[in-house]
Amino acid sequence: MIDGIGFVFVAIGLVFDLFGCIGMVRLPDMYLRLQAGTKCVTLGTCSILFGTFLITMPAGGSVKALLCMLFIVLTNPVAAHAIARGAHRAGIKRWEGTTVDQYAEDQLKEKAKNK
Amino acid sequence: MKNWRWWVSTAAVLAAVFLILARPMPFLFYPKLPLTAFFGRALFIILLSSLLCLYRVARGPSAADRIVAVDLLGVMITGLCAVLAISTKRTWYLDVGIAWALQSFITVLALCKFLEGRDIDD
Repeated sequence: MIDGIGFVFVAIGLVFDLFGCIGMVRLPDMYLRLQAGTKCVTLGTCSILFGTFLITMPAGGSVKALLCMLFIVLTNPVAAHAIARGAHRAGIKRWEGTTVDQYAEDQLKEKAKNK
Repeated sequence: MKNWRWWVSTAAVLAAVFLILARPMPFLFYPKLPLTAFFGRALFIILLSSLLCLYRVARGPSAADRIVAVDLLGVMITGLCAVLAISTKRTWYLDVGIAWALQSFITVLALCKFLEGRDIDD
């Protein structure tokens, strides 16, 4: 029973990984690609690792799956945020359909305050 | 046909997924263990996703695209290690996954610092 639930979790994670990578190829802009890829692949890999924890439950090494899941949940959003900030500072072009850029507005406000 | 590349790429991805899911898998990897067909399909789906990421690494117009793709590759190889761990019933593959995630995180942070225009000891 618990094995079956674990395999369902692994299958859901595989589908999320595949959709995230299709978005990685298909979307037109670096920021949109970052959003699609990072969210989908983080959730999918966490689902795969939770399924691994449920399948290998009585063994001693199954806690390592939970540890890896916690590590990915904590670190991957930080990495995505660092990539987005670095790309915006480096001046990478946006897609022409993008309408809102609140980080540039905040930078303009800070410049106005400092003057 | 104006957007023929969209149709061609969609047809290619759908054909690959159909070939993975619908063909009877030969019992290549570990023939004496049960659930070999499920694990074979899982490995092939993760490898297809990695191939799509490698396409973005090869063709990405800027450096940030390549950094995003490398980050995704690192996270997905952790998932590949998890699938290997449950298919071979050896949990030391999870150690490989933890180490790979750590290395990928540190690599991405260092590459972002260089992308932002600062030095490594800044």
